[in-house]
Parts: sequence; structure tokens; C-alpha cells
Amino acid sequence: MTSLLAALRPDSWNFPLFVHVLGAMVLVGAATAAVVTSLGSVADSERDRMRRLAFRSLLLVGLPAYIVMRVGAEWMYSKEFGDTDDDPTWIGIGYITADLGALLLLIALITAGIASWKSKTRLGKAAGVITALALIGWIIAVWAMGAKPD
Amino acid sequence: MSLNDWILALHLLSAFALIGALVIFWIMIVALWNTDSTTRVASLMTVSRVGTVMIAAGSIGTIVFGIWLAISLDAFQVWDGWVIAAIVLWAIAAEVGRRAGEGYGEAGLEAGKLAEAGTPTSPLVAETFGASRAFWFHAASSVLFVLVLIDMIWKPGA
Repeated sequence: MTSLLAALRPDSWNFPLFVHVLGAMVLVGAATAAVVTSLGSVADSERDRMRRLAFRSLLLVGLPAYIVMRVGAEWMYSKEFGDTDDDPTWIGIGYITADLGALLLLIALITAGIASWKSKTRLGKAAGVITALALIGWIIAVWAMGAKPD
Repeated sequence: MSLNDWILALHLLSAFALIGALVIFWIMIVALWNTDSTTRVASLMTVSRVGTVMIAAGSIGTIVFGIWLAISLDAFQVWDGWVIAAIVLWAIAAEVGRRAGEGYGEAGLEAGKLAEAGTPTSPLVAETFGASRAFWFHAASSVLFVLVLIDMIWKPGA
């Protein structure tokens, strides 16, 4: 079924889909970088730098990528489903993980920012854990977008 | 959910791992731009290892599940022009990316050894973490993989 849809996808859907997918891919990369720099073991002298890098990854790469992903998603949704009320399950999964992920991303950004500014180790780790939770949700969303469960 | 749905999901997850890893390496490259500090480079080796695992899994996953899908689905064939273009682009991008990884990997290993020995700077690190050959290989590989993504979405000729 998905293959049929992919084969018959109108050309006008391609660009919104590209925007959505590329934004999501960059978001996953930025979030993974933030998780590893926040939670990975590192020499004491480099801890501040790692916290700063995690924060900047989320702020300068993750947040813009999230916005691009979300804009692409809405654009694609408006073309594919229009005003339909009865959304398939995979769309529901996409919305839940996107909205919950936005909240977690915002919390992670704030905690990472404070951790970077005030040199707080535990807060930096907390930001890493929160980002990891968001990342898990987004990976589930990627699976749902591909497998399209009923 | 059919087997094809699962293969498509795994193909997509692999593509996310691949492009996600490229983003991780971009973040590292920007963070270490023009540095000659061995400790700074060594501190990002964990990030680099995660990126390397993701790029390996992503590269293999995209090609294996992609070809499997092209064989399994009636709508597409492996000899379709856009599928062949994707395979060729993937192969070139993978090789170019491997060369980038070789350059950065060598500098990273040296940085690790020197940082452990207490040597704070290295000419090889300074040379690599700027507009080096490794950098241009990474940039080219990124562009090529984005072209693969464009090919996958637009499916020219399909």
C-alpha cells in the first residue's frame, strides 16, 4: 500500500516532503550530538566546553531543524489530508511525538542553557536525558512514517 | 503491517542514521574549526565514535533495505533509472565520505595519543580541522547524500 502511495504521489507533494524529511534528519543529528556531548564521559577541563556545545547544537541546529520539520509536516498534511477529520494512526503518532518532542526540546534547551551558563554538571546531564527522551520519540515517529501502522 | 512496510521503515531509519551522522560530523567540524588543541579534539572522540557507528549502520541499511524494497515491490525495479542513479550516487558518496573519515580519523587518533602524553597542540590537527582535504570530502559527501534523498523523493522517470 505504501509503495502504491509512493508511486502515485503527486509531484506537488515532493518539495514539502523533502523539507519535512530533511528537517527531521537534521533534528535527529543535532539531538544525538547534544545527547552524546551531555552524557558522554569527558576530561574535567573540557566539561564546560561540552555543555556549551550541547546547548549550541540544540539552539542553533536542533531548534531551526525542528521548525523546518514542523512546517514541512503541516504543509504535507494540508496537501495529503486537507480537512479530513479521520487521521490514520501514523499521523497521530507523528503529531504526538512532534508536540511532546517540542515541549521536551524546549525544556532541554532551557536546562542546557542554564547548565552551560552556570557550569552545572547535573543540570547538563538532565538536559541530555530530556533530549534523549525526545530523540526516542522522534525515532518512533520515523518508524511510524515508514511502516504506517493502521 | 506487511514485510514491505517493515523494510521501508528500516530503510527510512537507516537514512536518518546516515544523514544524522553527517550532521553530527558537521557540528564537530564547526566546533573544532581551526583548532590545534589535542585535548579539544580528543574530548569529542566519543561523539565521533557514535557518528561512525551511525554512518556505518546507515550506509549499509539504506543500500540493503533499499535494494530489497526495489526487488520486493511490483511498482519499482532495481534497473529503474532513478534506482540506478541512487545506487551510483550512494556508492560515490560512501567512498568520498570514507576518505573524509580517514583524514579526520587519523588526526583524531593522533590528538588522542598526544593529549594523553600531555602535548597540547599538533600541526596535523591544525591542518586537518580547517579547510583541509578531509573537510572538502565531507562537504562533497554531504551534498551527494542530499542528492540521493532528492532522487528518492522525486523518483525522476518513475
